[in-house]
Amino acid sequence: MAKLHVSTTVNGEPSEFLCEASDTMLDVLRGPLGLTGSKEGCATGDCGACSVTLDGRLVCACLMLAVEADGAEIETIEGMSQGEKLHPLQQKFLELAALQCGICTPGMLVAAKSLLEQNMNPTETEVRYWLAGNLCRCTGYDKIVHAVLDTAAEMREAAR
Amino acid sequence: MTGSLMTDIRYLAPHTLDEAVSAYADAAGAARILAGGTDLLVQMRSGMISPGLILDIKKISELTEISETPEGGFRVGAAVSGAVLAEHPTFGKVWPGVLEALNLIGSTQIQGRASAGGNLCNGSPAGDSVPAMIAAGATVTVQGPGGRRDIPVEAVPVGPGRTNLAPGEILVSFTLPPRAPGSSDAYLRMIPRTEMDIAVVGCGVNLSMKDGVCTAARVALGAVAPTVVLVEDAAKALIGSKLDDAALEAAATACRAACHPIDDKRGTIVYRTKVAGVLLKRTAGIAADRAGRS
Ligand SMILES: Cc1cc2nc3c(=O)[nH]c(=O)nc-3n(C[C@H](O)[C@H](O)[C@H](O)COP(=O)(O)OP(=O)(O)OC[C@H]3O[C@@H](n4cnc5c(N)ncnc54)[C@H](O)[C@@H]3O)c2cc1C
Ligand code: FES
Ligand code: FES
Repeated sequence: MAKLHVSTTVNGEPSEFLCEASDTMLDVLRGPLGLTGSKEGCATGDCGACSVTLDGRLVCACLMLAVEADGAEIETIEGMSQGEKLHPLQQKFLELAALQCGICTPGMLVAAKSLLEQNMNPTETEVRYWLAGNLCRCTGYDKIVHAVLDTAAEMREAAR
Repeated sequence: MTGSLMTDIRYLAPHTLDEAVSAYADAAGAARILAGGTDLLVQMRSGMISPGLILDIKKISELTEISETPEGGFRVGAAVSGAVLAEHPTFGKVWPGVLEALNLIGSTQIQGRASAGGNLCNGSPAGDSVPAMIAAGATVTVQGPGGRRDIPVEAVPVGPGRTNLAPGEILVSFTLPPRAPGSSDAYLRMIPRTEMDIAVVGCGVNLSMKDGVCTAARVALGAVAPTVVLVEDAAKALIGSKLDDAALEAAATACRAACHPIDDKRGTIVYRTKVAGVLLKRTAGIAADRAGRS
């Protein structure tokens, strides 16, 4: 069967790839596109390690077909830092040691960034609910939640 | 496992409903509709289904629009995601129970994709938006090779994973009726965790209050029978009452009587039946508070 040709935008850059109709976005990101920052923890939408945004909306790349990216904009963890300059969330995760093995971290960061883009001043409860679909086996979540809250506070301060 | 789910699958994303209906009918049972994919992709991955054609309906405007009807109700496209419905300026004020039920589905990521149409067509007796839609008195518009028809939401599910949609029929939209003053709705589910779990029992209540008396009510229960059930006897017990303890207890008794649940790891028959009555009382209380109780 002929492969499907998809034209999309990944992290602001035009991108083209060939895929099968049944390939997920995660398959194509990690395979042909070589963007292995998005992780596959479960492939069933439960863990959030594959979190990306599709036209600005947070989704699981494992529950999206790659062909659905045609004409759309995808943002992944690889687009989060500007060159060597880390995003404030990435910086804060390092400072506060909000990661251990790191498998959940890309998904946590992408999800947290999407929260802060629509809510600059989330409560702890809002952070916890927003990140409920991002599982972490290692940290016990507290450091992650604090890192997100601290980053939000710093970003609010910087925006004043 | 990273790798393709399976090969030899075709994908189509038509821009019109007519194209979608004819492609769906031509595929004669080998096709699957793709809305948010949060059930479909999981089922494909597990090997439970292997469609020959995936028909993405999200490019069809009627399936992704939210509009107010001339009568003062709402039409919600079958493929509208929970996140998009939550951003609508007025829907959640008029139908807070329907919105909270849809928004309970999964995580933020799942909300970005999951639709009420997918929730209903997937046919799970535990689908969270279904009791709320039934309590709301919502109808669905369905289009197939034989034309269009409108049916009540409660007429759609027939058993776990099975619906009344005829071969080739696509769910187009939900229509929610106009609201009398003093009306509101609510949805509660019982789950062992606070997020990301499947309902052990779900309860939707929609009611109208006038001068402290309940003048209209609809009650629906999820996860207590092979399909979501409309509990007319519970509504009868509420209507005409001031939602006093006796009326609530009578409605709870009717809810327990409507339960024909299964025993599984999430809850036993006895537990589910008891919880159905408890949830009815709590949900009716929230709906009445929202309606202003007056
Ligand atoms: C991690 C996770 C958590 C979840 N949590 C919940 C939960 O808490 N509560 C809950 O109720 N569900 C839950 N679900 C299940 C699922 O997200 C919901 O059922 C969701 O509403 C499905 O919508 P969808 O748009 O993704 O459907 P799809 O996956 O696109 O479709 C579901 C089924 O319906 C058919 N279909 C879809 N749209 C139409 C249409 N317009 N006409 C005809 N057929 C159609 C499809 O062919 C498919 O068989 C969860 C799923 C995941 C992965
Ligand atoms: S890999 Fe997508 S949610 Fe786990
Ligand atoms: S740091 Fe290991 S899973 Fe989160």
